[in-house]
Amino acid sequence: MTRKQRRGVLIGLGVGILSIAAILMLFAFRQSIVFFHTPSDVAEHKIAPGVRFRLGGLVKDGSVERGTGTRVGFDVTDTFQSVPVTYEGILPDLFREGQGVVAEGVLGADGHFVADTVLAKHDETYMPPEVAKALQEKGVQLGKGATHPGGETGTQ
Amino acid sequence: MIIEIGHFALILALLVAAAQTFIPAWGAAKRDARLMAFGEPAALSQVGLILIAFLALTHAYVTSDFSVANVAANSHSSKPLIYRISGVWGNHEGSMLLWVLILAVFGAAVALFGNNLPATLRANVLSVQSSIALAFLLFILITSNPFERLDPAPLDGRGLNPILQDPALAFHPPFLYMGYVGFSLAFSFAIAALIEGRTDAAWARWVRPWTLLAWMCLTIGIAMGSWWAYYELGWGGWWFWDPVENASFMPWLAGTALLHSALVMEKREALKVWTILLAILTFSLSLMGTFLVRSGVLSSVHAFAVDPGRGVFVLSIMLLFTGGGLTLFAYRARDLSQGGIFSPISREGSLVLNNVLLTTACATVFVGTLYPLALESLTGAKISVGPPYFNMTFVPLMFPLLLALPLGPLLAWKRADLAAAMERLIVAGVLALIVIVVSFAATERGPWLAPFGFAIGVWVMAGALSETAFRIKLGKAPLSESFRRLVNLPRAAVGTMLAHFGVGLMVCGIVGTSAYKSEAILLMRPGDRTEIAGYELAFRGAAPSKGPNYTETLGVFDVTRGGSPVTRLEPSKRLYDAPPQPTSEAGIHPSWRGDLYAVIGDQQPDGAFAVRLYFHPLVRFIWIGALIMFFGGAVSLSDRRLRVGAPQRRSSRAPVGVPAE
Repeated sequence: MTRKQRRGVLIGLGVGILSIAAILMLFAFRQSIVFFHTPSDVAEHKIAPGVRFRLGGLVKDGSVERGTGTRVGFDVTDTFQSVPVTYEGILPDLFREGQGVVAEGVLGADGHFVADTVLAKHDETYMPPEVAKALQEKGVQLGKGATHPGGETGTQ
Repeated sequence: MIIEIGHFALILALLVAAAQTFIPAWGAAKRDARLMAFGEPAALSQVGLILIAFLALTHAYVTSDFSVANVAANSHSSKPLIYRISGVWGNHEGSMLLWVLILAVFGAAVALFGNNLPATLRANVLSVQSSIALAFLLFILITSNPFERLDPAPLDGRGLNPILQDPALAFHPPFLYMGYVGFSLAFSFAIAALIEGRTDAAWARWVRPWTLLAWMCLTIGIAMGSWWAYYELGWGGWWFWDPVENASFMPWLAGTALLHSALVMEKREALKVWTILLAILTFSLSLMGTFLVRSGVLSSVHAFAVDPGRGVFVLSIMLLFTGGGLTLFAYRARDLSQGGIFSPISREGSLVLNNVLLTTACATVFVGTLYPLALESLTGAKISVGPPYFNMTFVPLMFPLLLALPLGPLLAWKRADLAAAMERLIVAGVLALIVIVVSFAATERGPWLAPFGFAIGVWVMAGALSETAFRIKLGKAPLSESFRRLVNLPRAAVGTMLAHFGVGLMVCGIVGTSAYKSEAILLMRPGDRTEIAGYELAFRGAAPSKGPNYTETLGVFDVTRGGSPVTRLEPSKRLYDAPPQPTSEAGIHPSWRGDLYAVIGDQQPDGAFAVRLYFHPLVRFIWIGALIMFFGGAVSLSDRRLRVGAPQRRSSRAPVGVPAE
């Protein structure tokens, strides 16, 4: 086999595998991208019911309600609008009223957000960047940023 | 005072690094031996100075000197000693100091052990290595000085985030950095080779052990991080495709590819250009990992204090080295001579397939990790890419890789007989078929693909053993002869077998725990009983208790299986004193069958506790597999042909008893 033929085989192999990967990627992206929205976005009816998305904001003070079993209800707010959320399961350690939170799930036809994942932070002084940014865009004043390594924890 | 000495030493290290960046390379260009000789003492004094700075900071942590801003922000006098020490690298500034310390140690290793390298190559390597240190020392001193004082000093510190107060996490960052930074040496060698415009087998023989060492450390570092996330975060997963996990996984994938392509370059002088490119890309991905974690663009446990200035600085460093390296590559790669010819069916061919699949897999992870960042900066839309993406792209690429893996070591260099290699894998293939049948018969639920997953794991393990059996002529020669061959087997061959076996074991663990996990979330009152995966759990209640720097609510579960007692699980919910932060500690009962895993949640108004129970079948195999891969690397590293710092230049390359080469 000549050097040219050998190179042809190698390039063919590489291009072949890369294009399979590219097709897989395009296919996978259509199914697994989740958008992030604020309660104001929800109030403006931007999101159709049944579409999976991440809802971010603060847990509204006084809104946490224990239901039957491990069901929990709370409101997520960006101080302008709030969305009622229900979640079945154990909330993360740092879930607290007045703290930043990200919930992933779908909006029901009645305007209730049914979350299957709730993310809070590893650190009480830390705010998820998406939430902090979204709140800042809405003009909500935030305290000084975190100086600890902070992060996301949650339950799925 | 000690802190000021540390600060001063770090500034001196910066000056030394600056001199070492320019003088040896200048000497290499002018062929001036005296200028080139400057590199060795400079590299040694650089590591000494950074070590002084690091020890000074460690001293401040151990003695809880809260007049140092960094200590006050990240430590607390009530912390146990080990976490006061690990607190040094539990924060941004201190971990960067550890980063450059390890970088300088690798540079000093070239100075100490590189006597048999060509003088110009060694001088250039030392210069490039030092230029990386220079950039990061500037970064530390300008944006993240750990030696800043606080006046007045607070009475006590703010404490280390309690979830980081953990033995596995105390050692996770040092291993991870040794991996990341270890690839810097491959990068420096690649740049030096491009500057000189030539490479040879000796180059690869030098690069390979260092890449192997870095790869081993990265393997164990990632495994430790995954293990920690599994038992400490309390949500029962071992890998989340979190951007920060991906940031460490991408250099691992590229580094694994580099390890294999350097093998081709060393043995056959082929794939030179590709190996150089991989060396540049692997370290660039390490730098990108550092950037992603330090810039605050990601939210995760590892996202350190958000400071845009730092992000821009690290981004500039990354662009400088990646861009500079690739530009140099584009200019000079043509000058590198072409290597040996091989047919597609050959050991080289199989290693090319390995490289194509690993780098493509790395690219899919890269796209999935960076696409949200790119989209947000271009359109402002905020998205997240979840595990389904990675399961649909990365996992399918692993199938052909794992299927072909056992064949590779059985193929001869240059031109091989595929049928003969397949024949040697008949036992492995039959075993894999048996595993498919048995796991279909033994499991009632789970995805239909899972038995094939087990079969692939067994195929890889049995294939690794078959290759060794073939090498020692097991069953073909008298047992004494086989034993003699086994003893004389090159360590590198044993290392390969172990590492590949570890991969197979890990695949079995991943398939088992992903496909057959049991999970239950329920409310339990003291005296309640429940059942999961054949275990009966009786909840005895929860009581408050006190630890060294936390208070906790400790739940007690008595576990029985078929009526006989198994263990007592004690998951707890802790509240740390400083910072006052709650954490969950899982109660775990490990066994070969799998882990029984319990987490206790909040108490409900009516006195019941929310409880989360899991059974993770075979999950231990994931980390045991990673450990075996690590030891495989270590055994290979101890091979005298590959010993660190002792490359033979084109000398006796034919060791005894290597039939397959």
